[in-house]
Amino acid sequence: MARKYEITIGIECHVQLKTKTKLFSEVDNDARGKEPNSCVSPVDYALPGMLPRLNGEAVRLAIRAGAAMNAKINPDSRFDRKHYFYPDSPKGYQITQFYHPIIGEGFVELPSGKKIRIEHAHLEGDAGKLTHFDTYSLVDLNRVDTPLLEIVSMPDISSPEEARDYCKELWRNMVYAGVTNGDLYNGNMRFDVNISLKKPEDTKLGTRAEIKNLNSFRSIERAAAYEYERQSKLLDKGEKVIQETRGWSDATGVTTGQRSKEEAQDYRYMPEPDLPPLSLTQDFIKAEYDKCPALPADYRARFTKVITEDTLEVLLDYPELVNRLAEIADGGQPVDYIANLFASVLLAEENQSLLNDNLPSANQLTELAAMKSKNELSSTSAKEVFIKLFEPKHCDKTPLELAKELNLVQENDSGALEAIVDAVLAKPETAKAQADYKAGQEKVLGFLVGQVMKESHGKANPSAVSEILKKKLK
Amino acid sequence: MKIANSSTTAVSLVKAALSRIEETKEWNIFTFVDKKAALERAEEIDARIKKGETVGRLAGVPYALKANFLSKHRPADASVKILTEFTSPIDSTTAEKLDKEDAICVGCVNMDAFAHGSSTENSYFGPTKNSTDKTRVAGGSSGGSAVAVALDCVQFATGSDTGGSIRQPATFNGIYGIKPTYGTISRYGVVAMASSFDVIGFLAKSASDLDLLMSITAGQDPKDQTSLPDYYGADDTKLDKKSVGYIKEFMDSPALDPEIKSALESKLSALRAKGYDIVELSMPTLEYALPTYYIIQPAEVASNLSRYDGIRYGFRTKELNAPDKTPLDLLFENTRNEGFMRENKRRIMIGNFVLSSGFYDAYFLKAAKARTLIINEFNKAFEKVDAILSPASPNPAFKLGEKVDDPVSMYLEDVMSVTANLAGIPAIAFPAGTNKAGLPLGLQIMGPRRSDKNLIKLVEELA
Repeated sequence: MARKYEITIGIECHVQLKTKTKLFSEVDNDARGKEPNSCVSPVDYALPGMLPRLNGEAVRLAIRAGAAMNAKINPDSRFDRKHYFYPDSPKGYQITQFYHPIIGEGFVELPSGKKIRIEHAHLEGDAGKLTHFDTYSLVDLNRVDTPLLEIVSMPDISSPEEARDYCKELWRNMVYAGVTNGDLYNGNMRFDVNISLKKPEDTKLGTRAEIKNLNSFRSIERAAAYEYERQSKLLDKGEKVIQETRGWSDATGVTTGQRSKEEAQDYRYMPEPDLPPLSLTQDFIKAEYDKCPALPADYRARFTKVITEDTLEVLLDYPELVNRLAEIADGGQPVDYIANLFASVLLAEENQSLLNDNLPSANQLTELAAMKSKNELSSTSAKEVFIKLFEPKHCDKTPLELAKELNLVQENDSGALEAIVDAVLAKPETAKAQADYKAGQEKVLGFLVGQVMKESHGKANPSAVSEILKKKLK
Repeated sequence: MKIANSSTTAVSLVKAALSRIEETKEWNIFTFVDKKAALERAEEIDARIKKGETVGRLAGVPYALKANFLSKHRPADASVKILTEFTSPIDSTTAEKLDKEDAICVGCVNMDAFAHGSSTENSYFGPTKNSTDKTRVAGGSSGGSAVAVALDCVQFATGSDTGGSIRQPATFNGIYGIKPTYGTISRYGVVAMASSFDVIGFLAKSASDLDLLMSITAGQDPKDQTSLPDYYGADDTKLDKKSVGYIKEFMDSPALDPEIKSALESKLSALRAKGYDIVELSMPTLEYALPTYYIIQPAEVASNLSRYDGIRYGFRTKELNAPDKTPLDLLFENTRNEGFMRENKRRIMIGNFVLSSGFYDAYFLKAAKARTLIINEFNKAFEKVDAILSPASPNPAFKLGEKVDDPVSMYLEDVMSVTANLAGIPAIAFPAGTNKAGLPLGLQIMGPRRSDKNLIKLVEELA
């Protein structure tokens, strides 16, 4: 779409790393469903005299995330303190990497082929959570010092759609790399979108606004589009855009100003004296870098001839499905049919809840595809077996066992089929149809096939039945 | 420092300590006396001895914790109002290790609030008085520790030293005090002052007591990632040049008390007589030691004190109503305004100034570079000499009230001691007689990093 102004977007993304324990203490990092303030150590609580202990697992995951962004890992990085007073920050500062981040320059390649450069990424601790009531607020410190990787892009993004695509691809890469649970609803990844407008002929970037804390791809695209409209209206009127942070509301569909640059806090960054500099050997870095598994771009290259682009893009949002396809392909088996089952059956609105159940094994899926291709299952029956395989009680069964149990195995045996056909043809209610067919009304064959299917309780292979009928009614 | 073979008992040692604490009340040494727990612990240890069980290396020895050490169920108020309502749920690593060796904590001793000060006058509980002259200061910030040992309330006390807080009060009270190499003893569970300078150490009546305490408490601690790998007594830096230096700039300083100067000169002659080479060292960058220290230290102080906000523990203000301000802002402002001492606030102001945007490069970063130069100058000096003998403070104990309204003259108390903290090297304060007025004099000896144990041996030679 043609726009009057050029958009420049840079995105900061906070990724919660899925470590077992917190970034600086040994308490559980997974507070889902736990009582407020139950996952808090004296270190997180900032008792006097407590010292942070850097979690090595967070460092490993950060390196792997760096690999998923084609980024350089800095062998020497450091931690700094970022100061601010707020009840969600027990220490009165956040431990972050302001001056010497662990991850240097890299890039994320979008499905379109465009590369968005990464400026750097650094480790830091998350803040706690506040819940506000009429006359008071409650503090929950469970999330304090959950490890975050903050990924800062260069301002290479040039449309709201591209902002969405970048966030989505980044999210996919982080999930495939296995560094985060990637649960957007629970804030596992949060995005801050910096956006400015300029006339095509201008060389200098315009003043930017930052939309904070977006956590869905749709809201990223909508908020950026709204911000384009807002800023272009200001520029049209000859007014200035102010540099500020803005909040987005999904309900109202607008951004509102929160804090301007003039009111911005001075964070008084200081080297963290309680943590020694982090020095990583090249061997350590390489070992972790190599642990980064296949990423969406690798799967695109691998499946480009077997799965349609649209189907694959849909499936790429579900790493466990793509991994299963890869497993099947590794075994030398075809994946096209399974890919279609995933995309059209499993991901259909009514079946999505199956994603929470047992994903059938590669062996089960391969056998299911083989039964379908050998006509042992009709396509309807194959879908039914496929769906049932997700049920925990069926997870140890082969598709054949399950199909037999459900009485769905298609009858291909011509002797048996002929007997059923004969029985149907002997019924008086089919006499008229037989006569009509013989008289040249070929479309009644469908009725007769239907009768045979009914007689066989759906197990007969309809095309085989149709052949037998044609032969018998000659 | 052990219970002499059953000629005494832990209970009698603790009782003696408790009655001595009672007798010395007017010195204002203890902020908390743990009478019941100490006696119970003593009985328990005596019972174990009676049964013939093995007991720790400090069995029955009464000691005092500086008020900034956390130990279970005891207050850890750092002599400051903002922590008066705080009782520790955990043990500092040092308290834990001493406990394991069956030492008995009889209570907590006074200090300058948050260890900010050189006289123990800046305490929420009022000043501790000098052991020799009650009109004079105890020194600080470990003033309570020093006087408790000097007046025999306890056999040793813990201390922390950020710019001289163990050594200066040790010399003011005629006892021994060690500031180990940075990272030798875990800082876990000690209220932080300025993290990159803070060390944990001890005050006692002999160098050999310090050695025993070091061998018990030194060592790497997973809870303190700045702690050094174990070295004490096994992998120490050797002192085998038979050469001791003195710093020309200190010796020539007009601030140096003449009696301390002559005590220093006589120790140097004694060493020369024992066959040591005595080397004059010119260390011109030390001129910048104090300003460097008083930039980095307040910055770290301001940062470390950010956690005291009245939200989770300790004192909380009741003043939450004022026009144009949110209750949250008032909670922070008033809690901190009422809870901190004047000197705490001064350092928070200085610290936040040197860290603020636009000043960081001019102050903090420049000071960090100066610190590197000072470290280099010490490294160079230790290529020539085993150790450096110097005053710990330029003067003996001064009068109570003499410097309280003059922060800069109080900061100048640290001028000779901060050097060891800037460089992270070990330094031991030891007694060097008395002056004509009868006040204790003391000196310090500094060595290269990880020479702590050999430095203790050298101090024994000097005694």
